[in-house]
Amino acid sequence: MRSDALRAYFRSMSAIVWKDLAAEFRSRELFSAMFVFALLVILIFNFSLQLDPRARQEITAGVLWVTFAFAGTLGLNRSMAIEKDRSCLDGLLLAPVDRSTIYFGKAIGNLVFMLVVEAVILPVYSLLYNVNLFNPGLLLVILLGSIGYVAVGTLLATMAVQTRTRDILLPILLFPLILPVLLSAVRASAGFLQGRAMAEIWPSINLLVVYDLIFIALAFMFFEYVVEE
Amino acid sequence: MEPKSNALKILDWTAAALLVVATYLVFFYAPKELVMGNVQRVFYFHVATGWVGFLAFFLTVATGTLVIKDGRGNPRPWLIAGWTGLVVGFLAQGMYRSMDLDIMSWVSILAAMIGLYALVLGYGMRKGRDFQYWDIHSVSLVELGLVFSFINIASGAVWARPIWNTWWTWDPRLVTATIMELIYVAYLMLRAGIDNPVRRARFGAVYAILGFVTVPITFFSIRIWRSIHPVVFGAQNPGAEVDAGMTTGSMYFTFFFALFTFTVLFVDLYLNRIRLGKFAEEVEQLKMKSMI
Repeated sequence: MRSDALRAYFRSMSAIVWKDLAAEFRSRELFSAMFVFALLVILIFNFSLQLDPRARQEITAGVLWVTFAFAGTLGLNRSMAIEKDRSCLDGLLLAPVDRSTIYFGKAIGNLVFMLVVEAVILPVYSLLYNVNLFNPGLLLVILLGSIGYVAVGTLLATMAVQTRTRDILLPILLFPLILPVLLSAVRASAGFLQGRAMAEIWPSINLLVVYDLIFIALAFMFFEYVVEE
Repeated sequence: MEPKSNALKILDWTAAALLVVATYLVFFYAPKELVMGNVQRVFYFHVATGWVGFLAFFLTVATGTLVIKDGRGNPRPWLIAGWTGLVVGFLAQGMYRSMDLDIMSWVSILAAMIGLYALVLGYGMRKGRDFQYWDIHSVSLVELGLVFSFINIASGAVWARPIWNTWWTWDPRLVTATIMELIYVAYLMLRAGIDNPVRRARFGAVYAILGFVTVPITFFSIRIWRSIHPVVFGAQNPGAEVDAGMTTGSMYFTFFFALFTFTVLFVDLYLNRIRLGKFAEEVEQLKMKSMI
């Protein structure tokens, strides 16, 4: 009985993820926008910060994370806006499933978009600046950081689309809450890129894990209250 | 419109009188600090406003929970948990003082915070009011917290200019205070964008709770950022009051008097702000009636 319920939970969750991925695969609106925007941010950084080889070594991690964070807000806004625009969210809420499946479905969908964009941006960045970013530690940090970002971001985007000032509001709500993720992720990424000792990197990774767990739990608790009429 | 109650009027005047006395104490009673000179006097109000601002933001977590629960629930377990938390916090503080156990200082703060949260929740549930009532409380607390935290940050900058030779450094405490301020500005902006009162109350509550939870995480993430050494969780910060050159009894008296004064001032402003919130609600209802 319990395993049946669990299976049903995962089935409805994966249905929502699948719906988002299929819609995106057909339109490619979100991915192309996020990707082009991310590239532009990197270009702007290149000229505004004078990314010469010496400076690059120090701030690559920072540039990457700022790029991900900015591109991420585009994705989060868009993914909830399409639900709101034609009252698709109401349709989802009518479905006889637990509300948290909707949250996890949307969050996993957002996470996939974000990881895809990151997976494209990383090789492009390596190519443009001739640095090797394929470091398993860095990839782990990017995964943990993206999970934290998306866990909070999905909840806040759900709130932001239901307000009058929707798109403007999301970054203002999101960035102060996401600061610990960005700080620890930048620090851990820089640690891996510069080949520092693990003892220096561990505190940041621990903090990322703690943040992820706390905010997945909080979002799980609160999502119901944010979508309910 | 009901007139202001006598008790509140008395509290108004008490707060004003206390503030005058506290100002006198700070400038004329407390001795001039040897190393820092007169600028050290800013500390008395700096710490007091910081404490009140933090208390206000902390209480929004409890009032926010009451908004989400619509003020309902069984108060008894919360009351038991609340008093237990306070007692444990008090005992842990004693152990920290007598046995010099650093970890106990954290335990006492945590237990006291959980205790206070549970007590507000318990007594709030016992009141049996709905979410609208608690929403007025939440927004009042956030507004007061913003004002007091701003005074805290600004007075800190005034002190830092001659002592640290800069208005601002990226110290964990400073950044955390600023981020806290930004979180609650975002809270007000979120509320301003929502017309539906139920939704406004609920979103505000969720955001206030999320925001407060990130504050300690932000603090620790900056602490890791600034120092190369791994951070031990229980490490004791050198107390700001001691560093602030508080050596004599009259300094301590002034310090605690300022703390008390601002707490009374906070309670007074809080009660007045709630009264204002109730009027605003009445006006909104009258407007609705006139439209029908």
